[in-house]
Formats: sequence, C-alpha cells, structure tokens
Amino acid sequence: MIELLQQYWKPLLWTDGYHITGLAMTLWLLVASVVIGFLVSVPLSVARVSERRWLRWPIGFYTYVFRGTPLYLQLLICYTGIYSLGFVRDQPLLGSFFRDGLNCTILAFALNTCAYTTEIFAGAIRNTPHGEVEAAKAYGLDGWRLYVHVILPSALRRSLPFYSNEVIMMLHSTTLAFTATVPDLLKIARDANTATFLTFQAFGLAALMYLAVSFILIGLFRLAERRWLAFLGPTH
Amino acid sequence: MQQNSFDSFLQSIGLGTLSLHGYGPLILEGTLTTLKLAGFALIVAVILGLLGASAKLSRLAPLRFIAQSYTTLIRGVPDLVLMLLIFYSLQNWLGALTDYMGWDYIDIDPMAAGIATLGFIYGAYFTETFRGAILAVPRGQGEAALAYGLSRWQTFTLITFPQMMRFALPGIGNNWQVLLKATALVSIIGLADLVRASQEAGKGTFKLFYFLIVAGVIYLLITAVTNAILGALERRYHVGVREAKR
Repeated sequence: MIELLQQYWKPLLWTDGYHITGLAMTLWLLVASVVIGFLVSVPLSVARVSERRWLRWPIGFYTYVFRGTPLYLQLLICYTGIYSLGFVRDQPLLGSFFRDGLNCTILAFALNTCAYTTEIFAGAIRNTPHGEVEAAKAYGLDGWRLYVHVILPSALRRSLPFYSNEVIMMLHSTTLAFTATVPDLLKIARDANTATFLTFQAFGLAALMYLAVSFILIGLFRLAERRWLAFLGPTH
Repeated sequence: MQQNSFDSFLQSIGLGTLSLHGYGPLILEGTLTTLKLAGFALIVAVILGLLGASAKLSRLAPLRFIAQSYTTLIRGVPDLVLMLLIFYSLQNWLGALTDYMGWDYIDIDPMAAGIATLGFIYGAYFTETFRGAILAVPRGQGEAALAYGLSRWQTFTLITFPQMMRFALPGIGNNWQVLLKATALVSIIGLADLVRASQEAGKGTFKLFYFLIVAGVIYLLITAVTNAILGALERRYHVGVREAKR
C-alpha cells in the first residue's frame, strides 16, 4: 500500500508529468460538462415548457433519447461511432475534434447531463406557483423579462435538491472517461492495478477519493440550499 | 437463418439499408444477455432493498448502523469503480484461496459477478425507496393487523407490502431504468451484452455508428415496454385508493 502511494500519489492527484491526470482530470471533466450542460439547459428548459409544439417536442425527444440510453453507449457513439463515418474523417475540423478522446468525452457528458438538467428545470418551471407569475404580470413584466426576473430565479432555486443529485450522478459517470483514453482518476487506479497487482488497494483508494469528493459536493450543495432555499423550509 | 429472411424482406420493401448484415442473431443474443443480467440483478436488488429497509427501520442500533453505512458508501462511490473493485478483488481472493488450498483455478463467471455486483449496488438504492414507502403506510394499519392476531410476517405480506408498493412503484421504475442502463458497464468487465454485440457487429461491417444507434433504439424499446408494465402495476396497486378531483 505504501509503495502504491509513493509511486502513484502524484498522478492520482493531478499530473503524471506530461498531462493533467487523476483527480484534477476527473474534476475538470465534471466542471466542464456540468457548466456546459447548465448553460444550454436553461434556454432548453424554457423551450421545453413552451406552448408551441414545434418547440416543445424536439426537445422532449432529445431528453427522451439521452435519458433512455446508457451514457456509455452515448460516449461510444461520440468517440468511435462518429469518427467511423467517412465524411467526418475527411473534414479536417470535425476530424481533429472527434479524434481527441477528451473532446468526445466532454461532448457526450455535456449532452447527457444537459438532457437531465433540462427536465429538472422544466419541471421546476411548470411548478412555479401561479401567484408568483400573476404578481409579476401585474407589475408589468412579460416575455423574457418575466422569465429572467421572476420565473427562472425561482425555478432554479427550487431545483437545487434535484440538481445536486444530478451533479453527484455526473461525478460518478465521469468514471467512464477512461474508455475514451482520458487519464481520469479511475484510469490511474487501473494503471496502478496493472503495475502493482494491488487490486483491492488501488481500486479501494479510488473509491475513497470518489467518496470524499461526493461528500464535499453534498456539503457544498447543503450550504447552497441554506443560502438560496431557506425561505422554503419549515419554520423552526 | 431467420435473420437472413428478415434481411431479404427488408431489401424487398426497399429498406435494405436497415438490414443487420447477418449480425441479427448476435444482437439478439446481446439483448437477451442484457435483459437477463438486468432482470436477475433487479431480483437481488429488491431482496437486498427490502432487507436494508427493514434493517434501517429496525429497533436494533447495530442493524441500523450497518444499513446506513451500506447505503451511504454505495451511493457515494461510482458504480463502475465498485464493479471493478468487487469483480477484480473477488477474482484475486478466489485465486489466492485456490492456490492456498491447492485447488484448481476457478474463473468467476462474468454473468454471476455482474448480477451480484449490480444487485449489491442497486440494493442500496432500493433500500431508500422501500424505506420511504414503508414509512408512507399509515402506522395504524400495521398495528391493527397485529391487534387482529396476525403474525409479523403475515402483517408484512398481507397488509404492509401491498400498500407500500403503491408508494414504492415510481421509485422502483426509476431505479429499474438506471439499473438497465448500468448493465452497459458490464461489457467493460467482459460480458457480451448488447453494447458489446453492437460494437462487434459494427467492427465487422465497418458500420459502427449504425450499429451503436441500433443498440440505443433497443434500449429505448426495452424502456418503453417496461414502462407499460409498470403503468399496469401502478394501476393494480392503486385499486381502492380514493382521489379528490382537482
């Protein structure tokens, strides 16, 4: 165990000397996909609850497909599937994008978490108390102002508990990245396992590190809920 | 054989591009493997979930502690890490044991390992689902049953369980979908499931993209069918529940 730590503490945490690896890579994957997913899902969730069918249905189809199939399959499609198409390989820009494992991984993760997040936010928008909307309208807000000043701040706050689950799930999903040759935490643990045959220790260490990150994230979300959701709690 | 006639049928109606190029049987086998794995893992997980939920609601502090650590640990660690940890460590320990005892080397069957691991992981999620559902059944129901002289087992099977299922079914549906999608991970530890089969078909025909999409469509079909079954079950367990009109 000591040898394993001596040899692998650095790659497990942030670098193998050439690339970003281990925990740092896992966190980068998480942050990149969650941030992209969040930014895209906000407008999508507004469109998802739109009264116009041609706007609502395509987004419903997108979330249905991405929530109904395994992320591993989506990653395979992004990483090996798309690159196997001739016209993608021949097009220099697309070709260089899809040849890189990290690009494909972040793309697949972002698309996946965006689908879940869109449904979470859309659900929260649908459940906005009608009084809030009516009051905002009475104050003369409409169109995008109604959304930006009243509906979205309220809906995003109320989705925090579900959103925190989604972020934890996404942290757990980043373990798939090694299948696209991205050197994340699990990839280093696998390398350590192959080199030292200390299977239980190598994977156990990775498990503990993921556990620690999960707990830290849960703690941060609890703080965020105390900050932004306090008004919904029971009155103590 | 059957698959070839299916392919020629597609060709005859002008949908030749949809053919599976003779890889139909392989894909079908992969689908069955996925279903078998998910089905058996579901059974293991439900049993573990019921045990875990009763342990969490038990009066004995050690039982509560064990169940609490089980759900916390399992839900805090990614499934894939747990899967590799359990699968490879079991293999190593079994190897060490057989060496020590002078037995022949035993290879763990990936199917059994996959079922055990997935069942163990999703048991933690089912524990939470069932705990919530048991708490949702009014306490008086169980007390009345005991007062009528039913045994604790009869109270559970005849009174608590049927009422609990109504609250548990939505959670069971969610867990089932997550479990079904998690079976895709076992192809990483070497099981020939739907994902692996579609990859092989794709590599054999140089149509990887197409076959991966086929696999995705099959997952969606499975979800659609099981959603219909769950809907029927929900109606069944909803019998006799009065709802106020809104």
